[in-house]
Amino acid sequence: MKVPLLLSLLLGTAVAPVRAGSLEDAVKTLTQVGREGSGNEAATQAWTQVVASGPKGLMPLLAQSGSGSTVADNWVRLAGNTIVAQALEAKRPLPLDALEAFLTNTAHSEAARLLAFDLLQQADANRAQKLERTFGNDPVQKLRRGAVAFLLTSAASKSGEEAKKAYQEALSVARDEDQTKIVSEALKKLGVDVDIPKHFGFLTQWQVIGPFDNTKGAGFQTAFPPETEVVLDKSYAGKSGPVKWQPATSKDEYGKLNLNETLTALKEATAYAVTTFESGEAREAELRLGCKNAWKVWLNGELLFARDEYHRGQRMDQYRLKGRLRKGSNTILVKCCQNEQTESWTVEWEFQLRVCDGTGTALLSSASKR
Amino acid sequence: MRAFPLLSLFLSSLAVASVASAASTTAGPLTTDWPAFRGPVSSGASPSAEIPSQPKIAWSAKLPGRGLSSPIIIGEKVFVTAAEGPDQERLRVLCFRVKDGSQLWERQLLATGRTMTHAKTCVAANTPCSDGKRVFALWSSNDLAAFDFEGNLLWLRGLTADYSNASNSLGMASSPVTVGTTLVVQIENDSESYALGIDTNTGKNLWKLERPKFANWSSPVPLPARAGFPAAVLLQSKEGVCAVDAATGKTLWQLAGNASTMSSGVALQDVVYLPASGVTALGVPALGVSEPQTLWNARQINPSTTSPLLLQNRLFTVNNAGILTMAETTAGDIKWKLRLVGPFSGSPVGAGDRIVLINEKALLQVVNAAAPEGEVLGQLQLPLNEATKELSLCTPALSGGRVFVRTDSTLWCVTQ
Repeated sequence: MKVPLLLSLLLGTAVAPVRAGSLEDAVKTLTQVGREGSGNEAATQAWTQVVASGPKGLMPLLAQSGSGSTVADNWVRLAGNTIVAQALEAKRPLPLDALEAFLTNTAHSEAARLLAFDLLQQADANRAQKLERTFGNDPVQKLRRGAVAFLLTSAASKSGEEAKKAYQEALSVARDEDQTKIVSEALKKLGVDVDIPKHFGFLTQWQVIGPFDNTKGAGFQTAFPPETEVVLDKSYAGKSGPVKWQPATSKDEYGKLNLNETLTALKEATAYAVTTFESGEAREAELRLGCKNAWKVWLNGELLFARDEYHRGQRMDQYRLKGRLRKGSNTILVKCCQNEQTESWTVEWEFQLRVCDGTGTALLSSASKR
Repeated sequence: MRAFPLLSLFLSSLAVASVASAASTTAGPLTTDWPAFRGPVSSGASPSAEIPSQPKIAWSAKLPGRGLSSPIIIGEKVFVTAAEGPDQERLRVLCFRVKDGSQLWERQLLATGRTMTHAKTCVAANTPCSDGKRVFALWSSNDLAAFDFEGNLLWLRGLTADYSNASNSLGMASSPVTVGTTLVVQIENDSESYALGIDTNTGKNLWKLERPKFANWSSPVPLPARAGFPAAVLLQSKEGVCAVDAATGKTLWQLAGNASTMSSGVALQDVVYLPASGVTALGVPALGVSEPQTLWNARQINPSTTSPLLLQNRLFTVNNAGILTMAETTAGDIKWKLRLVGPFSGSPVGAGDRIVLINEKALLQVVNAAAPEGEVLGQLQLPLNEATKELSLCTPALSGGRVFVRTDSTLWCVTQ
């Protein structure tokens, strides 16, 4: 029995089950939790050990943050959060310089840097706030918000050309919809039009085919011909006759492709939309979708995700689908199903889709062949 | 030799710890506690609380984020959840001292599931629950965390990481409940629906039940054990209602029908009051009988989106417009209706002869349920922030002589 544990028992304080392994081992245990709670028991023990180690546990936690699942990140996060809370209460020193150095090193993972920022904020809000202003071009989208907010406040206090310049600077780093809206509206009042679809990378040029059947929602699971081949000059048997691909363009500021416009307002119908995205390099990317109908999305024939929820709500970046772009042409296929509901709030049959990197920065197709 | 006294003290402290541990493994919440949504047995009633007739603010505590979830109270601590951030992705659990509202601890995690909700609701919609030893917090993002009362993390689950399509773009709201050593969560929506029985000690699944693919915001309700009948949980949906053995996940009985997907029922040992076509009373069948008997149905009792209160063998419902209805439980006959100031999102709760409700504009209203036609005894307008269009959408919680409610920004303790 180790002395600290014995003392802890004697003093009636929280008993930390001390593992034989090192602090680093304990932190690693937190990152190894798996699906359906696997690894929870070991993680519970390890969490207690890490928290009991106090502030010296913070840097090992940051070093492992992002190496496991998002759930594992929360085990790590809660340990860091608890250590800082307890240290503040006990007026124990915290490694603020080390936290800041870790945070400003963009080589670290997104999860780890977000945690570093939050811990710094918890420990010294003023210091975090000052630092936040410098994150305008940060590769972590969530870290940019504070910097953009600062630029917006600054721009609002200016007028004329100065304001225009300040808002344009804010636009260049803004990646969130709400902040971009504030910027674009302010710039519009100053006589500057913002190309929102380009700013976000919405795909606006599509080829659409339909309707195929979706009676009683069965079309969602039915593989209609576009799921096996995309031949733009071919026609197929649709729900009520032959159907063929036809061009469709979104003129919506936020890239919504309204299928009611192309295919008329239908119910219990399935449509497909396809486009080609030209990438200058092979790279990881995000396809971000907003849709209130049932949908499936394929990238180069690979199904990224499918979801059969109808009319519960839609917003930009509702779903973030990760995929790998090829160098050259990439085929993006969207299946979009409309159900049988007839209420006024079930009219929409549409989606909005953009291609971007992990920060939300638009990736633009070098050409659109379809 | 000098080590002996120390060793003796150590051994005796071990013994004390052992006794305490044994006690804590058998003791559930106390009768003065309010350990879950709608109280100790999910009926809305407290067996021991006293509701002030002339409510006044005892204390208030600022909250870091919105929430529709109710506070829960265990002993001298009150727990509440919240969510904040541009995408409501920052999830919080907070613990306050009952007597003065001082904050004891706060823990933060990030949502691992979807956080989109309708603007009126939010990610902290599900009320946490406790088994008397731990707090279990669930959010609309399907993140589920267990803490001890000192704020130490016991286990975590990210249910969207486990079951990736289970979410509702309007938001989820079903509140978990503990039955014995099983934590029951009901995650139902259009795309992927299930109920889980989770081991309260480890956070691992004891059982998983596929559920109807429909949006459902109702909460599981404990069904007490009786001779030959295990402690169970009632799960309702658009397709009907079923009773599930909380330990095994085995369906004990079920009834097809169209139960509410918002309002949750009340279950006693031998009867269930189910929000279905108004309110339907079901006789709990004997073990081995697969279907309950319908005792009565009262279409005129409409709990709307709130849940009924069972108090002193009388049933109370409030509709969104603010009509509080009292019905007797033998046949569902309405005895009186009382117009209150609505609209209500939170459900009525009660103790003794009194009922307390809070409307969306944070007007707390105390009703004397024993009066021949019901009567309002007292009111208290809690201040709201008009600039943020602040609302109060929670169901009150009761403990001792206190009423706890939360608005978007603040936790309130109200006493006489």
